[in-house]
Amino acid sequence: MDKKSVLERTRGRLDRIGDPALKAITFAAAALAVTVLGLIAFELVRGSRLAFHRFGLGFVTSQTWDAIHNQFGALSLIFGTAVTSILAIAIATPLAIAIALFLTELAPKPVRALLGALVEMLAAIPSVILGLWGILVLGPFVQNQLEPFLNSTLGFLPFFRGPHSGTGILTAILILTIMVVPIVASVTRELFATVPPELREGALALGATRWEMVRGVLLPAARPGIFAAVALGFGRAVGEAMAVLMVIGSQIGIHLSLFAHSDTLAARIAGQYNGSSTNLQTSSLVYLATILLVISLAVNIGAQLLIKPIDRRPRRRRIALDRAFEAQGLSAD
Amino acid sequence: MNEPAFTLKATGRLRRRQLVNQGMGALAAGAALLAVAVLAIVVISVGSRGAGSLNLAFFTQNQAQGFNPKGGGVLFAIVGSVVLVGIATLIALPLGVLVAVYVSELAPPRLARVARMALDISNGIPTIVIGIFVFTILVAAHGQSALAGSIALAIIMLPLIARATEEVLLLVPSSQREASLALGVSRWRTTVQVVIPSALGGILTGTTLAIARVAGETAPLLFLTSLGTSSTADANPLHPLQSLTLVIFSYSDQADPAYQSKAWAAAFTLMCFVLVTSLAAKLALARYRKKLGG
Repeated sequence: MDKKSVLERTRGRLDRIGDPALKAITFAAAALAVTVLGLIAFELVRGSRLAFHRFGLGFVTSQTWDAIHNQFGALSLIFGTAVTSILAIAIATPLAIAIALFLTELAPKPVRALLGALVEMLAAIPSVILGLWGILVLGPFVQNQLEPFLNSTLGFLPFFRGPHSGTGILTAILILTIMVVPIVASVTRELFATVPPELREGALALGATRWEMVRGVLLPAARPGIFAAVALGFGRAVGEAMAVLMVIGSQIGIHLSLFAHSDTLAARIAGQYNGSSTNLQTSSLVYLATILLVISLAVNIGAQLLIKPIDRRPRRRRIALDRAFEAQGLSAD
Repeated sequence: MNEPAFTLKATGRLRRRQLVNQGMGALAAGAALLAVAVLAIVVISVGSRGAGSLNLAFFTQNQAQGFNPKGGGVLFAIVGSVVLVGIATLIALPLGVLVAVYVSELAPPRLARVARMALDISNGIPTIVIGIFVFTILVAAHGQSALAGSIALAIIMLPLIARATEEVLLLVPSSQREASLALGVSRWRTTVQVVIPSALGGILTGTTLAIARVAGETAPLLFLTSLGTSSTADANPLHPLQSLTLVIFSYSDQADPAYQSKAWAAAFTLMCFVLVTSLAAKLALARYRKKLGG
């Protein structure tokens, strides 16, 4: 038997075409995944062309959203998105870091896994359910307790004045905070766990208290990762449509008061797309989606670049990245 | 006896440091407690309002005709949700596994990095934007259908399944691959008959997590498949179908309390499904990782 026929027998014809075929099919699937991403960007830009021709970049700086007179602008929606997302992430970040510290440093070992799972369950609650809860449970609480309290203690500030209402910026901020805390917390927790034990033991051996060790060793070591986690949480808050749509009151306008009704980019798209009466309005909504896409791309790519320099050891880095990815994929909108 | 010159009680600076330490510990514990309390409040308030409205009719009947919002159920939405998520899984699972095989087994490192980055970026795109995308390519021309909704859900699932699969493929010991290749088995047979079977448990739990995630999606479905009827349970994916999430949304702003209690019941049903499946999948995944890692 010559060499060729051995190969012939062990590797049938199927095997000779099998390898390149597998490679081609899997490559096609991967190419499709990349193409869809490009196609999303392309279609959104194409769909917003009509509004872009009509309003240009001035769309971003115009406050009006008037379907009757066909005048559309995104400024008040960008304002609403910024206020709700920034304040939500500002409240959520210290809470999430504290939760992550408790889970990695303080909680008794047997409780850790359970508590961690509970915090992640909070992220897994679909946003439409949080929205329903926001309308019917949180809203009345905000209207009858929280807003009167804030008004009577901090009412000298313009942010805490105006008629009390269960729906509005404040309720939206609280709901977004609830959605973002578990995302930031579970990434941060994983970052703390990847800090080498020698570092923390060294600090403790030098006589540092546990808090001093956290402040001097743990937080600095995890800082870039925490920034990335915060960026991911912010991206989540910016893109949240349902829960915000249900609790924010859907009103155009820029108000200083947190009690006021408002609207965000994502919520406006979700609320008006079906009822859109003209092509220009539809195109304006796609324009909003394009702005949203640009923000989320910037935030996500930024977060990935931030996670990069945390740790040059590839395995640790990969774990942190995977973790960030998983945490972000937890919650449904 | 004289007073001892040193006491073991911390004073001054040391005392302050200890107090700060304890204070921060208490704050951290408080934050964790707060998160768990919020979870408990949400689960209990949905549970207490939803469980009362659950009965057999809720699962087996469609919306009652005429002015009788108290009767009937949400069978149409349950069927719609199953169809939507089922088709999305049928699309996303094979594609996701293929992408993962390419990225972790076959691709040159640079292409693998590009594909991985694309998956991560897709995962960060707001789902409402994906809804708009599917609207412009399908619904604008062909009208609403469950299929359009499924495609949007599949786009959301694809990166989740691909990354979960990639992670378990990396856990499959390279000795298994090498043993197979050393026996003269071709690459594709090794992948299909050795690597994937060994990773199958992890792939399926990752898929289950993705299913639990998209079962709660509402935003992308709003303008893709929300015009379905509520009086018949329909399973034809070419018709627009309602989903549980859409029902929660549309019932939530009805003034009639009978609709609100249906919204709570639907929310309770969906919440139980999502929390139980994702928790079970997480536990299974942790065990699976331990098995392959150890």
